[in-house]
Amino acid sequence: MIRKTDFLTRTYDKPEGWTLPVYERLGGYQAVKKALGMTRDEVVNEAKKANVRGRGGAGFPMGVKWSFMKPHPTKPAYLAINADEGEPGTHKDRTIMEQNPHAVIEGCIIGCYGIGAHVASIYVRDELHLSKKRLWDAIKEARAKGYLGKRPFGKDYPVEVYVHTGAGAYICGEETSMLNSLEGKRGEPRLKPPFPAQAGAFGCPTTVNNLETIAIVPTVFGMGGEEFSKLSTLHGINDGGARLFGVNGHVKKPQIIELAVGVTMNELIYDIGGGVLGDKKILCAIPGGSSTPVLRPEEVVNVTDEKSPLFQWNGKSVFDVPLGVDTMRGVGTMLGTCCVTVLAEGTCPVLAMQNLMQFYHHESCGQCTPCREGSAWLDRTLQKILDGQASMADLDALGDIANNIMGNTICAFGEGTAMPALGFLRKFRKEFEQYVRGEKKGSEARLTVQ
Amino acid sequence: MPFALTEQRERELDDILTRYPTKMAACIPALHLCQDQNGWVSEDVIMYVSTRLDLPPSHVKGVVTFYTLFNQEPVGKHQVWVCRTLPCALRGGLDVLHQCEKKLGIKPGETTADGMVTLRTAECLASCGTAPMMQVDKAYYENLTSERVDEILARLKEA
Ligand SMILES: Cc1cc2nc3c(=O)[nH]c(=O)nc-3n(C[C@H](O)[C@H](O)[C@H](O)COP(=O)(O)O)c2cc1C
Ligand code: SF4
Ligand code: FES
Repeated sequence: MIRKTDFLTRTYDKPEGWTLPVYERLGGYQAVKKALGMTRDEVVNEAKKANVRGRGGAGFPMGVKWSFMKPHPTKPAYLAINADEGEPGTHKDRTIMEQNPHAVIEGCIIGCYGIGAHVASIYVRDELHLSKKRLWDAIKEARAKGYLGKRPFGKDYPVEVYVHTGAGAYICGEETSMLNSLEGKRGEPRLKPPFPAQAGAFGCPTTVNNLETIAIVPTVFGMGGEEFSKLSTLHGINDGGARLFGVNGHVKKPQIIELAVGVTMNELIYDIGGGVLGDKKILCAIPGGSSTPVLRPEEVVNVTDEKSPLFQWNGKSVFDVPLGVDTMRGVGTMLGTCCVTVLAEGTCPVLAMQNLMQFYHHESCGQCTPCREGSAWLDRTLQKILDGQASMADLDALGDIANNIMGNTICAFGEGTAMPALGFLRKFRKEFEQYVRGEKKGSEARLTVQ
Repeated sequence: MPFALTEQRERELDDILTRYPTKMAACIPALHLCQDQNGWVSEDVIMYVSTRLDLPPSHVKGVVTFYTLFNQEPVGKHQVWVCRTLPCALRGGLDVLHQCEKKLGIKPGETTADGMVTLRTAECLASCGTAPMMQVDKAYYENLTSERVDEILARLKEA
């Protein structure tokens, strides 16, 4: 079901929508006053009721994450906001930073108060120069008004917000890698436990929230957690509210749009995205960033358990299931960042997979042998297949390599490489075999719609 | 000559240092400041950052080699990054890359003979909804057409 909302996007089409006066005119910086009038526990409880599933990819409930933060006798706490936005196919956080940065700042004040932190660091990938500028400008405006600083809104609870930049490394989006990067180190992920809530930035208790997650917080407190959650048709399975949806690739109108949770992939592609380029059929779609396994429209929901949240869509195409954290998990993929990449019929899934494996090969931080060597090996073998040099044994090796990465690495980059690889292999076996048998040529494969 | 930041950038670095509980945390921002001034991170820059932040040179070097955006050798006056990742490739990103290669007469990773332009490929730059795209120095160019790419490159050769 398509239901448009504009909690985050209401400033997007306004002149100077990124400035404080416009944000306030549209109702901004009201919710924070309400939140600062509550106790910390009340703030966390309200956040829990909103059923905001983390917007960074893993879908962990935001309020529950906040509740892990326990006051430490000697150490301060930190809020670290993840705006590394590097997952291929993801283009949503950038729109908030550029066009509604004050929602981020207001969210940071509430978030800091809720978890007991006085400093929020927003980690923005370096390439996003306009985003960084808009955030800094917003911080300066908020400071000048006294919204940030020693006594935000008259409350004796100092809050400072800083922007920290990366230097071009996809892996720094992984939360512990991001924390190392924030500390001025190589962005190599850490073993967990300890989790960030125990020992995060500078060894102190830390909450890592995605940028969109924190930006929706003022809305949650403005309307009340439960009200917010109920906007979603998946409210009943704790996937609440509204969020940014993206659609890119072979659609007529690629874009970012804010909708209540409950929209399906077909609705997003046809009703929002204007349909497929050249009115082609859909070959497949990647639901939320390249680490989420691909889905084909022919796939049908098949669950026998009546208690499964997916039962009501039994027999339907997976493209007619609402995009949610648990619904997508139920159909064997992940919601990820909720930005859908569409591939039209006629494009080559083998070339698409090779493109992505080249990405993972390039971005592996190299700490774990299965990930470092495996991602390179996948890339090489796929190139060999496209070059017409591979045997069936090479094709089978792809699956083995991916399976040997799974579960054998320090961070989830490993799964993020292996799962989509296995998805392509399973769902497009025929196409891979055609290359091996010489029935198709890599030189004729294409990714664009003619 | 040993490297030193300009006075204004020194002040900026002082301000950056107030944001963190450790000097080490300023390592990446400091390297960015240096690279903005110097164009790349030379051994002198590494020594400077190491002294300024009380870090072993090996730590600074380790950071420099980890992150793609730190240039470990001199680069052209302008840097062109063409996104090659799937969502862009689906909308002609690789054609943009080939057009740049042809126009500039270089391959990704190379710099034009006059030292004006370095061409690079980039991985997803969060503009998949406005693909294909490229980044030139600090600016994004989105929804590229081949005419637009020609225009952008022509301007670069001049300035
Ligand atoms: C390889 C990898 C890359 C990631 N990249 C990002 C990213 O760019 N932005 C982001 O918010 N989360 C990213 N994540 C997820 C973070 O680790 C973390 O779960 C998230 O920031 C938590 O915020 P949330 O709970 O609000 O989603 C990445 C995870 C992995 C394993
Ligand atoms: S899984 Fe890959 S990216 Fe993650 S720590 Fe290991 S080598 Fe690095
Ligand atoms: S794939 Fe090019 S910007 Fe995302």
